[in-house]
Amino acid sequence: MSRISGGQIDRSKTLRFSFDGVSYTGHPGDTLASALLANNVRLMGRSFKYHRPRGVISAGSEEPNAIVELRSGARQEPNTRATVIELFDGLQAQSQNRWPSLKFDAMAINDRLSPFFAAGFYYKTFMWPAAFWEKIYEPIIRRAAGLGSLSKQDDPDTYDKGFLHCDLLIIGAGPAGLSAALTAGRAGARVILADEDFRMGGRLNAETLEIGGASGADWAAKTVLELGSMPNVRLMPRSTVMGAFDHGIYGAVERVSDHLAEPLPGKPRQTLWRIYTKHAILAAGATERPIAFENNDRPGIMLAGALRAYANRWGVAVGEKVAVFTNNDDGLRTVADLKAKGLDVTLIDARKGDEIIDSAGRLGLKSITIRRANGQTETLHVTALGVSGGWNPSLNIASNHRGRPIWDDQIAAFIPAPESIAGLTCAGAAAGAMSTHAALTTGANHAIAALADLGLNAIADIPQAEDAPLNLTPAWYVHSGKGRAWVDQQNDVTVKDVKLAKQEGFVSVEHLKRYTTLGMATDQGKTSNVLGLAVMAELTGKSIPETGTTIYRPPYTPVAMGVLGGRARGHDFKPIRQTPSHKWATEQGAIFVEVGYWLRAQWLPRAGETTWRQSVDREVLQTRKSAGICDVTTLGKIDIQGTDAGLFLDRVYANTFGSLAVGKVRYGLMLREDGMVMDDGTTARLGQNEYVMTTTTANAVPVFRHLEYCRQVLWPDLDVQLISTTEAWAQYSVAGPNARKLLEKLVDQDISDAAFPYMACGAITVQGTRARLFRISFSGELAYEIAVPTRYGDAMIRALVEAGREFDAVVYGTEALGVMRVEKGHVAGNELNGQSSALNMGLGKMVSRKKDSIGMVLSQREGMTAPNGYRLVGVKPVNPSETLTAGAHFLAKGAAALAENDGGWLTSVVYSPHLGHSIALGYLKSGDNRKGERLRSVNLLANTDVEVEIVSPHFVDPEGERLRG
Amino acid sequence: MIINHPLLGPRDSQEFVYLGDAALIHRPDGMADGSLDKFIDYAYLRDNPAGEHRELWYHEQGDRSWLVVTRNTVTHEITAVELARDVARREGRSK
Repeated sequence: MSRISGGQIDRSKTLRFSFDGVSYTGHPGDTLASALLANNVRLMGRSFKYHRPRGVISAGSEEPNAIVELRSGARQEPNTRATVIELFDGLQAQSQNRWPSLKFDAMAINDRLSPFFAAGFYYKTFMWPAAFWEKIYEPIIRRAAGLGSLSKQDDPDTYDKGFLHCDLLIIGAGPAGLSAALTAGRAGARVILADEDFRMGGRLNAETLEIGGASGADWAAKTVLELGSMPNVRLMPRSTVMGAFDHGIYGAVERVSDHLAEPLPGKPRQTLWRIYTKHAILAAGATERPIAFENNDRPGIMLAGALRAYANRWGVAVGEKVAVFTNNDDGLRTVADLKAKGLDVTLIDARKGDEIIDSAGRLGLKSITIRRANGQTETLHVTALGVSGGWNPSLNIASNHRGRPIWDDQIAAFIPAPESIAGLTCAGAAAGAMSTHAALTTGANHAIAALADLGLNAIADIPQAEDAPLNLTPAWYVHSGKGRAWVDQQNDVTVKDVKLAKQEGFVSVEHLKRYTTLGMATDQGKTSNVLGLAVMAELTGKSIPETGTTIYRPPYTPVAMGVLGGRARGHDFKPIRQTPSHKWATEQGAIFVEVGYWLRAQWLPRAGETTWRQSVDREVLQTRKSAGICDVTTLGKIDIQGTDAGLFLDRVYANTFGSLAVGKVRYGLMLREDGMVMDDGTTARLGQNEYVMTTTTANAVPVFRHLEYCRQVLWPDLDVQLISTTEAWAQYSVAGPNARKLLEKLVDQDISDAAFPYMACGAITVQGTRARLFRISFSGELAYEIAVPTRYGDAMIRALVEAGREFDAVVYGTEALGVMRVEKGHVAGNELNGQSSALNMGLGKMVSRKKDSIGMVLSQREGMTAPNGYRLVGVKPVNPSETLTAGAHFLAKGAAALAENDGGWLTSVVYSPHLGHSIALGYLKSGDNRKGERLRSVNLLANTDVEVEIVSPHFVDPEGERLRG
Repeated sequence: MIINHPLLGPRDSQEFVYLGDAALIHRPDGMADGSLDKFIDYAYLRDNPAGEHRELWYHEQGDRSWLVVTRNTVTHEITAVELARDVARREGRSK
């Protein structure tokens, strides 16, 4: 039995759990680590590289060794730290990085081969041949070295995100944090107190120290109770503040359900909080560091403070015969506390020149070899050893904004520099104030100062507590034989590796880290960074601060990807926008395609059609033969009004708009300032000072942003107002020879060619409902676009379909739309690729040089106007039975498929049912005078090589007679 | 980051879209002599200071204001936030 008396566990209840398939019991209040230790399980994992048997070394989130896979099935989670897993009934955990079992790991052969695995072995051993890396070396290394494995199943749990605001965020609920919270809470400030532990109190729970004459743990419990009764204080246990972001914003992960077998109904597993603060106090305490000596990594060897914590907080004796190796007075507390629990404790005080030079015990500590100051060595049989090389303030968060910590000789550790982060101060051990009294005092004082900034008065009420100095004499590693002394147990970095890094010139701290992997992986070197730095300092003969400092990026501890994603998963990953005809199209069995956030009907299959091509061909042919209807609501619509609206359009479009008559529509070409085409669309003049612009679906938002930029930033005094009306109007295209006849059945006005000619627009009514009609065509047919207020969109599609019945009208989707625009030679997204000019598109003449417009000047640059540049061409296969492929490049006959022979490429390829063969648009060098030329279109990815003829991009009705019909 | 919008008060930077150097306010006249050289500078040359930087931000998830934000690119400290329209007018832009 390793349970001893005392501790904050509820012995009246028993929890069952298993580790590597073996059943054990523990109590509420236990962590997985404390419960395993209580069951005499010291071996909890295998090391990363050498597969050395490892046990727990800490009692907190800094744990490098006791890393396990938690739960099973879809909830299996790798790389969780046994030291912070709250025990629950039915918990299942497995060790990782071992095969076939934790006690017999075949990969432990790596330990024997360690000379080959020293620092930098990746770079040296696996350099040649290069081709071996991806297929042979990397898979082997990944299998041999590594951490846990993924379940590869969908996570069944949900994760949430939330926002909190407060006057004062206190990070850490140890003596400093509790003191700060109490001071600020009593003064009426809005306080958030967050702590990663499930039990607030920090080190007070692990100590036998007294505060105000009572036990520190009881004082903590009483204080938490008082804070909990304050409406202005929010207590957040199980919540890790993982980073400081700009302007007083902190991120925190609350583990809402991790202490349960599975989340309660409706509850997330974890919540990511974004906390907006006016001030924050970092009171995260300190992390103990080891002293390196040979074979210092055996299960049973741990940090002295952790050994004490397991005894005091969890009532666990890791061994009955114990030794403590320390260079400071805190180690003496471990000796005293363990002796008080009736254990046999031996002190090895490095300050007196005593050292541990070796240890023994393959799967767990059996003995240590001590070298006394007088040179005598002795072997001592112990099953637990506590090591203390001092304490490093947990200043991680304070260095998130690159604030360099400063060295404090008193405690031989880095402390946060003042004002490392605006609005953040550090209190207690996190600031290097190591005694309980100092923690209580600095906590209260920082709270008073923070509240004074906010205009609140607070009073300190500091209870009596110990104020002992640490009395530390630096001792980093024991200089002894040729064996390996571990600096970073998680990454298997030894003193020798640091020496090797120095020898090979990787002296700077950043190089040391990358060459040896010191301080990487899940623990981010919380117990090892300063030790590694100290070893390097000694080797180079420099002081530690001269050697370097380590700073930290967020997150403080590992954060699950799931909580970063929150609810934005699967169906909820992004918003879905449905068009006004969506319900009708769904009823028809339409196939939808995502266009940005929109879902658009791609094609609408009819009974008997088995391939998409059958549906699309029918939609195209029937539109060109009679009539077709298409939902074009997704095109951006921008209402532009004001006495300067016409002038504004002249400046944002490359072509002329000032001359556009009321009741007319014009095609507009919009450039970026660098002269490339940004977007195109039509703009209709509905009144003297009223226009409505359409944009492509994809650019609706960027164009609107750009127009606002133009009117606010470039020409702030233009009288022009904008509003996006994309969602306000349901808009349908009606195209084909019977388009007018179809619409005449629905609209109340005369829309004959004489009354409503090509490119006319105006307000009309549809059976009394206000609507807008535009006689514009994308398909090349006689066509209109009719817009009704969105709430009539569903009724309108049904009315159009009903009216079209006598003409056998079809409703067509985006595929048919695409086929018809390619047949007509209109550019769209594939041609408007952000790298193409008006001239490339065959629209160079549209750019007016008589007025200043965005992009006009730079569109006329030498390189942009070169006669041998790309020009839009039509392409057809010489053999009509051959199929073109998009992305294929033009090559002259006989030319090798090399970049230097590249003549351009096919941008858009469709099958034209009208022509009965494949057609394409493309950009071809000097393409405007190469009609009739025969080239090859080669796509090496699709393995196609097709002889093509260059033709006009206008495959259908090049004279435009149909649309004027 | 938090941007203290001159009309709406402090707003999270996630509501904004970043454009870049506020020097873009000074668009040359495209019809003037020598405009090509001026536009090449305008479109492509930017200072990239480590320190104070005036930049354009757009409150896209808000009121659609374009703002000139004076921000330290090293510390992210924001010392001034103004409506771009006001800045543009002050610096001589008009119709």
